[in-house]
Amino acid sequence: MGEKILMKGNEAIGEAAIRAGCHLFFGYPITPQNELPEYMARRLPEVGGTMVQAESEIAAINMVYGAAGAGARVMTSSSSPGISLKQEGISYIAGAELPCVIINMVRGGPGLGGIQPAQGDYWQATRGGGHGDYRLLVLAPATIQEMVDTVQDAFDLADKYRNPVMILSDGMLGQMMEPVMFRNETVTELPEKDWATTGLRNHPGRRNVVNSLYLQPDKLEEHNEHLQRKYAEMEANEVRYEEVDVEDADLVVAAYGTTARIVRSAMEAARQEGLRVGLIRPITLWPFPVEPFARAAERAKAFLSVEMSAGQMVEDVRLAVNGKKPVYFYGRTGGMVPTPEDVFAKFKEILGGEA
Amino acid sequence: MAKVFERPKALADVVTHYCPGCTHGIIHRLVAEAIDDLGILDRTVGVAPVGCAVLAYNYFECDMQEAAHGRAPAVCTGIKRARPDLIVFSYQGDGDLASIGTAEIVHAAARGENITVIFVNNGIYGMTGGQMAPTTLVGHKTTTSPYGRDPKVQGYPVRISEMLATLDGPAYIERVSVHTPQLVNKAKQAIKRAFANQIEGKGFSLVEVLSTCPTNWGMTPVEALKRVADEMVPYYPLGVFKDIDAKGEDK
Repeated sequence: MGEKILMKGNEAIGEAAIRAGCHLFFGYPITPQNELPEYMARRLPEVGGTMVQAESEIAAINMVYGAAGAGARVMTSSSSPGISLKQEGISYIAGAELPCVIINMVRGGPGLGGIQPAQGDYWQATRGGGHGDYRLLVLAPATIQEMVDTVQDAFDLADKYRNPVMILSDGMLGQMMEPVMFRNETVTELPEKDWATTGLRNHPGRRNVVNSLYLQPDKLEEHNEHLQRKYAEMEANEVRYEEVDVEDADLVVAAYGTTARIVRSAMEAARQEGLRVGLIRPITLWPFPVEPFARAAERAKAFLSVEMSAGQMVEDVRLAVNGKKPVYFYGRTGGMVPTPEDVFAKFKEILGGEA
Repeated sequence: MAKVFERPKALADVVTHYCPGCTHGIIHRLVAEAIDDLGILDRTVGVAPVGCAVLAYNYFECDMQEAAHGRAPAVCTGIKRARPDLIVFSYQGDGDLASIGTAEIVHAAARGENITVIFVNNGIYGMTGGQMAPTTLVGHKTTTSPYGRDPKVQGYPVRISEMLATLDGPAYIERVSVHTPQLVNKAKQAIKRAFANQIEGKGFSLVEVLSTCPTNWGMTPVEALKRVADEMVPYYPLGVFKDIDAKGEDK
């Protein structure tokens, strides 16, 4: 590992992507992620790369489609309203099985919403987001260091599965500064992509076509079944989560990203008062870490999902707990960030006289 | 004996889905001939649109990508920026390019992307069954302008070549037609030039080709060709609208 550098989340993502061999970035301005395209515009020419400011998020994601189809490592970023615009392209990218990395620095919604941090795009991210049956691999880091590591892994995962990978973060993590260390080597050798449209001279005798159109229903079903097998493989192999004090917890809390950090602070206060509270922090939001919740449901008394939304991930927690124990919810929306005190009060309310 | 006529290497030996009398077949052939003439088949990537030419990825023998409706110029931008060594072209209809894809074509042209665009304008949505296009002429009946296009209700047709020629980005913009053999030859030269410009790194080149839709115009192929000459050409005049190589007043 190299030296520690103090970096803003958005800029750290850019540097991590470049070191992962991503030399192409297509974006469009939207708060609170502007530092990322700005960083790429500054930094990419230094490494022989290109940043194109597209005319819209729609154009940006379709530039990603073209570049990914031509075999390049490529990234785009936006925030909630812009990510909604990208959904058409994301569906096509998933259908055509192209690898790419998409960053969503989530802000309050719906509509134009606000520019403060939120987690209200969970459903959109984990259920595909656009039309048709498809999945994104969705990663949700909680620190800038984890963000950097996640970005580098995201490109590998995208290539491995030929699938779009989304990093679902929020304005808080995008804007805050923390010390980070980058992996020493910069990736130069990329995995071979023999399916890419690199011109016949690079793959003589075989014409490559990037496409998501299958007019015959049986062929489209076959394609969908192939995609589903791929998603099942991700569910089997790519689940990531962190467990904290779950073994003896009466209350197991689910939280990701920024919210997980707030929950950690509340947990310290809880332990001091003798409340046994544990945390399961999903790092992959899809595939969702079902197993640790199912395991904890055998002994914990209750579950609580804490989110900066009106209650989205809580549905996945309920599915994983499968009715064995009560599942509670605490959330703030619109860019309002829960305080550790609010969360601690919710712990006490749920655990009641048992403390 | 010298062969005087053969299938271009860049054109796949398959039956197309195009209707009898539709000029997409001619235009496909001209694109394929241009690719053959310039010897670039092994480094060309085409981008198919959504519309009648959606299956173009089956008809050209180069690598192809199928784009979302109207997004082909953005997809071309992605390919060309990723691999500047490739020759990248889009093949788009008027619904795709002049309606849903106006932002993408305007900004690809404004950026002067070094790509080639073949814009096929037949003034109607063919694939979806004959709805009004942005290029449908005033008075023309379609399934969504059943009383004829009325400017008070549906506005006016869009002249894309003239619009794009106002930008500084494009290197070359020409409108051609294929309703006579002589014009087919002229169209071939324009298409070839649009590819040659890219090879030479000159920048954005677009050839608009007036085309027929006998099926949805409700005409015989011969009547359809006559309509191009009598009604389309007067509104969509043929000629060069932008040429960075032209001298003096033609520029």
